[in-house]
Amino acid sequence: MIKHQVYISPNEVKVDGKALAHNEKGSALLTELYRNNIGDYPKFFKMDTLSKLGFIASELLLNIEGNRSFEPREDRAVILFNRNASLQADTHYQSTIQDPEHFFPSPAAFVYTLPNIVTGEIAIRNKYFGETSFIVIDDYDEQIIMKNLDIAFQDPVTTSIIGGWVDCSDEEHFEARIFLMEK
Amino acid sequence: MIVCVAHNIISPLGSTSAENYAAVKAGMSALKKYDGLWGLPEPFMASLLDRNKFTNEEYTLDEQVVITSISKALEQTNIDVTSSKVLFIISTTKGNVFLLDKRETGFPQERVRLGMMARQVTKHFGNPNEPIVVSNACISGVCAQIEAMRYLEGGEYDYVIVCGVDVQSAFIVSGFQSFKALSPDECKPFDANRQGLNLGDAAATIIYTKKDKVNDNEWVACSGAIRNDANHISGPSRTGEGSFRALRIALGDLEPEKIAFINAHGTATLYNDEMESIAIERAGLAGVPVNSLKGYYGHTMGAAGVLETIISMQAVYDHNILGTRGFETLGVTHQIDVSNQNRATEKRAFIKLLSGFGGCNAALLMAKGGLQ
Repeated sequence: MIKHQVYISPNEVKVDGKALAHNEKGSALLTELYRNNIGDYPKFFKMDTLSKLGFIASELLLNIEGNRSFEPREDRAVILFNRNASLQADTHYQSTIQDPEHFFPSPAAFVYTLPNIVTGEIAIRNKYFGETSFIVIDDYDEQIIMKNLDIAFQDPVTTSIIGGWVDCSDEEHFEARIFLMEK
Repeated sequence: MIVCVAHNIISPLGSTSAENYAAVKAGMSALKKYDGLWGLPEPFMASLLDRNKFTNEEYTLDEQVVITSISKALEQTNIDVTSSKVLFIISTTKGNVFLLDKRETGFPQERVRLGMMARQVTKHFGNPNEPIVVSNACISGVCAQIEAMRYLEGGEYDYVIVCGVDVQSAFIVSGFQSFKALSPDECKPFDANRQGLNLGDAAATIIYTKKDKVNDNEWVACSGAIRNDANHISGPSRTGEGSFRALRIALGDLEPEKIAFINAHGTATLYNDEMESIAIERAGLAGVPVNSLKGYYGHTMGAAGVLETIISMQAVYDHNILGTRGFETLGVTHQIDVSNQNRATEKRAFIKLLSGFGGCNAALLMAKGGLQ
């Protein structure tokens, strides 16, 4: 059962279907959302676009759920889906190794070249010891996503899931449709 | 029960599971030093497939090894792979990432998308379902098997084909080099002098189905779990939090005495092996033999969870606990039972354990003939 949902695109933000006012667009929108709604987690600025997007969307979702204790828990999973995996971070890392004359591979860039890092960022922020998983499908498909989340409750401990779609192809093009789901 | 009906490994050590197991049992490794390969300024040690054997122009190297591995697994069955009751799950971390290099022009850029790569595979086999790609860093291969178990329990599919794959490229090797995570020599899992990991190419396939009854020689995927450290995106937990919790769920009520061995991640990085020793002890499994296959294959990333499950199944069939190649002296703070020698066992179950970037960990309990 879906309890709450958040939608973010480069020019629109909705929380439980209600538009959230904002001034900025694209990558600046994510920074604006961070400053207006979070503000106390400077690690945000180190993240790649996919992690920023997933992190912000999960924060808006959990603020609506309320009663945020940050107590460790194992019964909540984070299972996200997208089309482009970590393409924005991959492209950025590739730029550090493309030119043999300017070959400076960056570990800080390389670590984000995995799409599941965003699920780890959410788990770290909220002390979730539960399942984290990332699945790639080539087109958004609500049926596949809902089926996959439904069977994820076969885990003997999982009672709720932060799930849904978190995709970005570059810093200015992204979409999050995530929700909080209970067994 | 979720039962393995066929499997295959394509690696530098062979192109069937049997060839691979025989090579590992004999202590062979394909780890070699490469200097100047792919224009990389620093040499590296890796286990690489012979690229000259994969020359199909329609498919990338990743796609070719996946198609070959799945074909060889399917040959052992009479599964109609064009049926909508068959689901493909691909496990990979980087897929066709080499296509991001501006000098690569042989394939359409869209093939860099993991879902598009997977679609080449299902299209080749004529399967009508959208393939699922699990991309959970180094634990992907166990996650993909847990996904397969769940889909089969869900009842919608008759067979799930799980294929794990990664092939190395300048992108991946330079990244691990920048992390200072690579060993200049052959890796030494759990050893006091371990200096890091080696990378490796492989594809490995397991086909699962659901059955009410199994015979003594059939492999059952009993239980699995994925848990997060909630600690750091690129360093393992100092308390082995996620691995401990995944082990605890995978083990369930089973007595540790029933387990032949834990096939650990054992990458031979300082922090990974130390963390696993902590998690294994916390889970009450310190008395169970532990091994790592990284000294034979390197770290095969998205393939590792599938490949290492298959080799471990073959070892239990052979009443053998494989030695950990490269290991000499225990170099972790918690006393775990590691050996570089093959050892005999009559036990029928093992645990596959993995951990990866993003703080993720996964454990899978497999038992020959199921849990009795």
